[in-house]
Amino acid sequence: MKIGVFVCHCGSNIEATVDTATVAAAAREFPGVVFATDTMYTCSEPGQDEIVDAIKEHNLDGIVVASCSPRMHEQTFRRTVERAGLNKYLFEMANIREHVSWIGKDREANTNKAVDLVRMASEKLMNNQPLYPKKFTINKRVLIIGGGVAGIQAALDCADGGLEVVMVEKTSTIGGKMAKLDKTFPTVDCSSCILGPRMVDVAQHPNITLYAFSEIEEINGYVGNFEIKVKKKATYVDWDACTGCGICMEKCPSKKATDTFNEEIDFTKAINIPFAQAIPKKAKIDPEFCTMLKKGKCGVCAKVCPSGCIDYEMKDEFITEKVGAIVTATGFDLFDWTVYEEYGGGRYPDVITSLQYERMLSASGPTGGHIKRPSDGKEPKDVVFIQCVGSRDKSVGRPYCTGFCCMYTAKQAILTKDHLPGSQSYVFYMDIRAAGKLYDEFTRRAMEEYDTNYIRGRVSMIYPKGDKLLVRGADTLMGTQVEVDADLVVLAVGAEASKGASKLAEKLRISYDSYGFYMEGHPKLKPVETNTAGVYLAGACQGPKDIPSSVAQGSAAAAKVLGLFSKDQLESDPQVSTVDIKRCIGCGKCIQTCPFGAIKEIDFRGMIKANVIETICQGCGICTSTCPQGAVQLQHSTDNQILSEVNALCQF
Amino acid sequence: MNTSLNYAYYPGCSSTGTSVEYDMSSRAICAALGIQLQDVPDWSCCGSTPAHTVDHSLSSALSARNLDQVASMGLDSCITPCPSCLANLKTAKHKMQDENFRDKVNKLLEKPANTQVETKSVLQILVEDYGIENIKKKVVKPLTGLVVGAYYGCILNRPAELMQFDSREHPMAMDNIMEALGATVVPFPLKVECCGASFGIPRKDVVMRLSGKLLDTAQEIGALALVTACPLCQMNLDMRQSQINRANGTKHNIPIFYFTQLLGLALGLTEKELGMDKLCVSPRTLLNSIAKEEQIKEKAA
Ligand SMILES: Cc1cc2nc3c(=O)[nH]c(=O)nc-3n(C[C@H](O)[C@H](O)[C@H](O)COP(=O)(O)OP(=O)(O)OC[C@H]3O[C@@H](n4cnc5c(N)ncnc54)[C@H](O)[C@@H]3O)c2cc1C
Ligand code: SF4
Ligand code: SF4
Repeated sequence: MKIGVFVCHCGSNIEATVDTATVAAAAREFPGVVFATDTMYTCSEPGQDEIVDAIKEHNLDGIVVASCSPRMHEQTFRRTVERAGLNKYLFEMANIREHVSWIGKDREANTNKAVDLVRMASEKLMNNQPLYPKKFTINKRVLIIGGGVAGIQAALDCADGGLEVVMVEKTSTIGGKMAKLDKTFPTVDCSSCILGPRMVDVAQHPNITLYAFSEIEEINGYVGNFEIKVKKKATYVDWDACTGCGICMEKCPSKKATDTFNEEIDFTKAINIPFAQAIPKKAKIDPEFCTMLKKGKCGVCAKVCPSGCIDYEMKDEFITEKVGAIVTATGFDLFDWTVYEEYGGGRYPDVITSLQYERMLSASGPTGGHIKRPSDGKEPKDVVFIQCVGSRDKSVGRPYCTGFCCMYTAKQAILTKDHLPGSQSYVFYMDIRAAGKLYDEFTRRAMEEYDTNYIRGRVSMIYPKGDKLLVRGADTLMGTQVEVDADLVVLAVGAEASKGASKLAEKLRISYDSYGFYMEGHPKLKPVETNTAGVYLAGACQGPKDIPSSVAQGSAAAAKVLGLFSKDQLESDPQVSTVDIKRCIGCGKCIQTCPFGAIKEIDFRGMIKANVIETICQGCGICTSTCPQGAVQLQHSTDNQILSEVNALCQF
Repeated sequence: MNTSLNYAYYPGCSSTGTSVEYDMSSRAICAALGIQLQDVPDWSCCGSTPAHTVDHSLSSALSARNLDQVASMGLDSCITPCPSCLANLKTAKHKMQDENFRDKVNKLLEKPANTQVETKSVLQILVEDYGIENIKKKVVKPLTGLVVGAYYGCILNRPAELMQFDSREHPMAMDNIMEALGATVVPFPLKVECCGASFGIPRKDVVMRLSGKLLDTAQEIGALALVTACPLCQMNLDMRQSQINRANGTKHNIPIFYFTQLLGLALGLTEKELGMDKLCVSPRTLLNSIAKEEQIKEKAA
């Protein structure tokens, strides 16, 4: 083999602490290497052209690039060598940036380490074989998990693009948090007026199948051919027949059911439709509160339902759907603020969350849009808003900024004045984060036109004084302590990963950060991709974000899916395991260890042998380390290839 | 119940003077509950507030010496009624985990100090080691009719990482004990506010304002008395109550008990044993009315 080596400077990223010229010079002495050089930016156009030219000029049949992580540019360089007529697997990458230059300052030691890594790569390359991907057809249907504004956007864009869409939403209506909001910043337009029609579109679009009150039970398969098991949770109401008339809800005698849609500021009935504009507008029974399901007594809803939809015997149902791509848009949940004992830890009824306040402001909410103190139903006069509750606070394990609460607090202060012109709002803030189009102007309006009193500082304590709440905090601009006699306190509670996010991630085989937010493929360049092919992200499940950004991601994810489905066939990755039938003794160890069930037993001339199903194999390589015979080998990481790397490193 | 509760006891300097009744009542209830206390031999001041405001290693040296004394008794845990002593003893142990600091402190001492000993408050061991349920079983004279608020002060549970007991913002230990004794506990919203502490000497006005607010709040919520667990809090609220009244134009007459005194009363100990006569704001009327309520209840039964 004739190998060419390219050692990249990456500007000064590598060159600053690695002597790339020395690395190239050392490489020239390695067996098989006939050409080696250092280049400024190997990934740039001239950098890639240099590789192509060298292949032609020196008749090279294998290339090593020593540069950044394969995560970053392996695909780039594989395409480059392909362009020059080589098989793309006759290429190896040595990571001398993340693994060398960025983590050590000693130039000499770094240079030596880089030389070793290049030697390993070229030794492995000499054992490489050309590999050829197979083609397979793809199922051009897409699954959207989560029906918040991000999921809705992705679903509609995909459906309008002609794809069949399956949407799975955990609760009994789509809409997510946005459906709970009264108005939206920075335009203060009515949330349900802009979201409502889009929700209806989802329900009516011929290409969209909606499973509400459903969850993902199991995901199998791979990009292009996923098989999804959906759990349709028992609603005890036949949704095909239910007209959403709401008579059951009116007559149900069990009046103390938890009203999650209204953020528990009021109770709902055991049988309920979350709100008038719900999609689908169907009733469901909450078994925890239904006397019929708990004690076998009552049955009122069955008697009054004009369509006869009540079925107390209903069980969860499982449905299988086949799709080629998945967009997860599972959003966020609010941090449990009751850990803040200084804000009363939940003991004071007039300390509420921002989302509860949205429900109170909403004309279709339980108070009919009237701001009332939960304790006595009185209109508040002095309203205190506290920002960064469960955000930017290491002591509660939430060091990140939620990013949208500064904005919605300003909105809520404006709306408070609109609802109660005689009221006075106070906002305790740490910094104002209003970095968006028309955002800073908006917060300034809250201050200047709506007379909101912004106080820069934290609140140290809230305590009841008579029928008021005394809010004490610091004003760090004035350098004094301030006390406000408040009628109502609204906490701008921060966002955290939605409940069950990590479990779903494991089913999707995507990664998540230490807070449970899903990891994008690249923080800048792959914002809606994941590291699992065919799985995309949209909205706040990736990290807290406001509606415009969530919608943008919904559309971006849809574009990615449409792009993927623009081909009829995909190429499978040939880096999978294969069984050498002559060596296999049919012990079945690999079958037991494969986490993806990709290895099956076959009969080969009367003998039991293992056989890898290429399309299911994920190339994890677990089977190769369990095979006592070395019969199962992972292509592109065979025992011989790995040993040649080890030998290159351990030369004694 | 663990019958073999046995602790080294560090009274602290105020126990020998301004808070002698806290010390008396702490010892008396421990004896009544069968908790064995062994006085730390030749104990010395923990450093109190002045030492650490001037020099941390000096402060830690004073406390470390006492921890070493406990270790030499062969005991591994020490209790003290005073939150200020508690904070100093715990801080010394914590800071001396740092090698440089430890060397500095040990240089100030006759011999290197063994600071392995764990220090807890009397309140903490009553709640965690003895158990409120067990206390309840020992109550012979319930505090029926006593409407009381529990005031913890600002250092008893702070900093939370160091004190490792109850909540730093909303402690409930004394509330729960009082309830177990049969008292009516009203939630005291300022339970972890500062009373003004030792500012009583250089800046009396600060104490007049801060402690005054505590008394005003007690009155607002209808507390007939407050219980405390800190000699300084108790002194500011009790001994200075008439000064506060004069400064603020108020007429408070709110007895300020140590929680150990009320606990002792419920366990059937005498007022004398509990040092009730040491209180400045006389609890006489209040104690009489509790006794009366109890009699009425007994008769009714
Ligand atoms: C008080 C408050 C006020 C706000 N005001 C504004 C504003 O004025 N303007 C603005 O731009 N932004 C505002 N926001 C932010 C806005 O709510 C978010 O940007 C938006 O909701 C994000 O949309 P999403 O679809 O990503 O997530 P979500 O709205 O959280 O939707 C996620 C959906 O996925 C579902 N789901 C979750 N897990 C699963 C699962 N495992 N399986 C199936 N379904 C699942 C959920 O039930 C939900 O329906 C506000 C936020 C709050 C808290
Ligand atoms: S059966 Fe259950 S849901 Fe139906 S009316 Fe009675 S309590 Fe309500
Ligand atoms: S957006 Fe504003 S309120 Fe929310 S966490 Fe960030 S700084 Fe705090």
